[in-house]
Amino acid sequence: MSDIEQIPVSLTVNGKKVQRFVEPRTLLIHFLREELDLTGPHIGCETSHCGACTVDMNGMSVKSCTVFAVQANGAELTTIEGMANPDGTLSALQEGFRQMHGLQCGFCTPGMITRAHTLLKENPNPTEDEIRMGISGNLCRCTGYQNIVKAIQYAAAKLNGTDIQEAAE
Amino acid sequence: MNDMTPTREQREAALEGMGCKRKRVEDIRFTQGKGQYVDDLKLPGMVFGDFVRSPYAHAKVTKIDATEALKLPGVIAVLTAEDLKGVNLAWMPTLAGDVQMVLADGKVLYQNQEVAFVVAENRYIADDAIQLVEVEYEELPVLVDPFQSMAPDAPVLRPDLEGKMEGAHGPRKHHNHIFTWEVGDKDETSKAFAEADVTVKELISYHRTHPSPLETCQCVASMDKVKGELTVWGTFQAPHVIRTVASLLSTIPEHKIHVIAPDIGGGFGNKVGAYPGYICSIVASIVTGVPVKWVEDRMENLSTTSFARDYHMTTEIAAKSDGTVTGLKVHVLADHGGFDACADPSKWPAGFFNIVTGSYDFPAAHLEVDGVYTNKAPGGVAYRCSFRVTEAAYCIERGMDILAQKLGMDPADLRMKNFIKPEQFPYQSALGWEYDSGDYHTAMQKAMDTIGYRELRAEQKAKQEAFKRGETREIMGIGVSFFTEIVGAGPSKNCDILGVAMFDSAEIRVHPTGSVISRMGTKSQGQGHETTWAQIIATEIGIPAADIMVEEGNTDTAPYGLGTYGSRSTPVAGAAIALAARKIRNKAQMIAAHMLEVSEYDLEWDVDGFQVKGNPQARKAMKEIAWAAYHAPPPGMEPGLEAVSYYDPPNMTYPFGAYFCVMDIDVDTGVAKTRRFYALDDCGTRINPMIIEGQVHGGLTEAFAIAMGQEIRYDETGNVMGASFMDFFIPTAVETPHWETDYTVTPSPHHPIGAKGVGESPNVGGVPAFSNAVNDAFQFLGSTHIQMPHDAWRIWQAARDLGAHG
Repeated sequence: MSDIEQIPVSLTVNGKKVQRFVEPRTLLIHFLREELDLTGPHIGCETSHCGACTVDMNGMSVKSCTVFAVQANGAELTTIEGMANPDGTLSALQEGFRQMHGLQCGFCTPGMITRAHTLLKENPNPTEDEIRMGISGNLCRCTGYQNIVKAIQYAAAKLNGTDIQEAAE
Repeated sequence: MNDMTPTREQREAALEGMGCKRKRVEDIRFTQGKGQYVDDLKLPGMVFGDFVRSPYAHAKVTKIDATEALKLPGVIAVLTAEDLKGVNLAWMPTLAGDVQMVLADGKVLYQNQEVAFVVAENRYIADDAIQLVEVEYEELPVLVDPFQSMAPDAPVLRPDLEGKMEGAHGPRKHHNHIFTWEVGDKDETSKAFAEADVTVKELISYHRTHPSPLETCQCVASMDKVKGELTVWGTFQAPHVIRTVASLLSTIPEHKIHVIAPDIGGGFGNKVGAYPGYICSIVASIVTGVPVKWVEDRMENLSTTSFARDYHMTTEIAAKSDGTVTGLKVHVLADHGGFDACADPSKWPAGFFNIVTGSYDFPAAHLEVDGVYTNKAPGGVAYRCSFRVTEAAYCIERGMDILAQKLGMDPADLRMKNFIKPEQFPYQSALGWEYDSGDYHTAMQKAMDTIGYRELRAEQKAKQEAFKRGETREIMGIGVSFFTEIVGAGPSKNCDILGVAMFDSAEIRVHPTGSVISRMGTKSQGQGHETTWAQIIATEIGIPAADIMVEEGNTDTAPYGLGTYGSRSTPVAGAAIALAARKIRNKAQMIAAHMLEVSEYDLEWDVDGFQVKGNPQARKAMKEIAWAAYHAPPPGMEPGLEAVSYYDPPNMTYPFGAYFCVMDIDVDTGVAKTRRFYALDDCGTRINPMIIEGQVHGGLTEAFAIAMGQEIRYDETGNVMGASFMDFFIPTAVETPHWETDYTVTPSPHHPIGAKGVGESPNVGGVPAFSNAVNDAFQFLGSTHIQMPHDAWRIWQAARDLGAHG
């Protein structure tokens, strides 16, 4: 084993208190995936361009591939695993992505939904342009984004209690 | 019948069969982060492998010293070519009949080539150890320009081939030459050119790019030495082929190899081939006795596993003065990199590039492709297209525009004039294909009417006049593209991979309660097979799709198939599914006849069961029949209700479409804005329109990326430029245009359900639509052809060179 010093970290992930010792260089994404077995957030580029690793940290979207686990000490984290409704049913966003065909291979989806979740907190009634700008840190290779935009509009409408547009195609 | 009896329409709707916009089964797990991708796998004792890679594009490797690396705590092993030679795996065969180094054997041929494989307790230690492996290189002259590959004094890239003047595809004429592939009638074509009123000639290049799925290539290899069994989980578009290859290379019997492709985060052709990472992980697991995980990073992905395109196409068209085309001549210089690892069916060194006559009735055509080596990464995969079909479509669609310009004809009118006519199908092309079906005129007319083509041309003319008068700095381009694809490889008479015919398969088992498990030889990477395959079965056997589970990717349980790429899943496996389902329905008919005490010929199929002709009240639903199959089958009949089908397609399928792109370009900044993009696709029978639309959106977005900026470029010393998402263009939601989709339906006459495949059409048709839009915009300033990719910098340069900057 490596003889690099281990640092204690303590944080809240999806409502649960977590305490571990980590190497200072351990990236948050590896900590989540390999220490906590939260494999929803993915690694797509390691350079913070693709957003597949997006998690919510203290109410902000962060790319966990370019955050050290020690930087998350004391933080409140939400990952895709913490997105479903308390009763286990799909959240408005998760349902929106399914209804509007906002995903295909599913690899970008956890980061995309996690980002959209925070986006709708920042701006509960986003325009299409605001949605497109708001998710521009998250890349998708499959969908061409059009249905992702619709999925987020679906969720916004559902959360705001307004009419939901028709399903995809 | 009472009021509670569901109507025929209600029963049909309950099936969620073909034609239904069924919501995807996969989404339940994917939206909750519960997909199971390779890197999610965690096995007891698992260790990590990672590569030492070459910083040079061409060099001798004179020394590899792993002493310091092995001293690092947590490092388990460092493999080099010398170690692999012990198991005869320093080199591996490629799909194209060449051989490729697994680890550098005395030299390297491209930057980032695999030199040594470090195995360590975790990925961080593996990374540390890579820095400690000392490799000495002796630099060699670098060859990056394919046009210089066959120069007399070009450096010898492949000393291992010295003296071998016969390659896998015929004679080699130079030490850096791989093959020459010739199709068509040279004399007839020359005659057509000699007699032509008008000819055009242009070098049309399709630059090197990369499929770049969001999940990179990765695997976990686990050798159980006690049982003598190897399990490999990997990002495999063709898991069965990987197992066969693994068995042939490792000499482990095929039944003792378990290849499993779990959820895959996009493929687009990147995950068809076998890569050094897979081989090294397997060897490392055999050596260490513990599971070994290998995960490519993005830079490794973009710079080593599977580039696409890099075709340089000298295109000539002969025509009469009225625009009737009479001959096509194409010479392709194909840059294959350091090894020929193209993922094509074995007999097709340039894939199906001979679809290059496109949608047009060329009486004569001649094609010659020269494949050459350069100091670049190997690959040549079909990035969201059937084998080299997107290159062919780009070649002819650009060529037709150039011809239209010379003739002074409208490019849409020129296409209409030369389309293969509906009554000509099945159509024999001058380069050897039999197009199964098509109705090009109807599709084109519908597209032109919908987009308001004539009005757009009038607007463009007005804008050009305004530009000339100095009233605007914006110009307008209308990109016309009409493509014909060839997909569904393929018939065993001409398609195989390493000798295995390119059939596909399906197995369907109906349980006593009327629910179904089905397995196929294909492997979804986002196409939604779990959803759509169930829809085909639902329609065919009358059991709701919700009661049908689809499973792919496990070579132990799924029937053998050649996998998912080249839009082959629906044309080949889709047919196998329908035919397996029909076997079940045939048996069900006999069981129903026994239950109803009538002859099976007195029965007719009705949505979800059989009924007596003329007496619809006397019926047995499929669920009742399933129970009877296990409970009380007719005397003499085997119990159970299951079927397997292996389908060898009689022909390819030929999807087509009409795409239009309207673009506004600022000549002073080079910024091009896509105002409208309209895509009409004809993929025959539509299984799930929602998924088709989604596929079209995604393919168009990839086409947009490729045409407008995405490129793997090399500098003169062979440094790969832009091998990260910092530089490699992946459009975000902001740049991506809005897509308008449409369709016509011309079913394939030879496919059991008339389906043709669609996932790759938008990439094939989209790239020429974008490029033609840019080229069309600059035509009135005297331009004939501007090479892709059309990023703002290059468009600005084109504008400058044409004098548009004043």
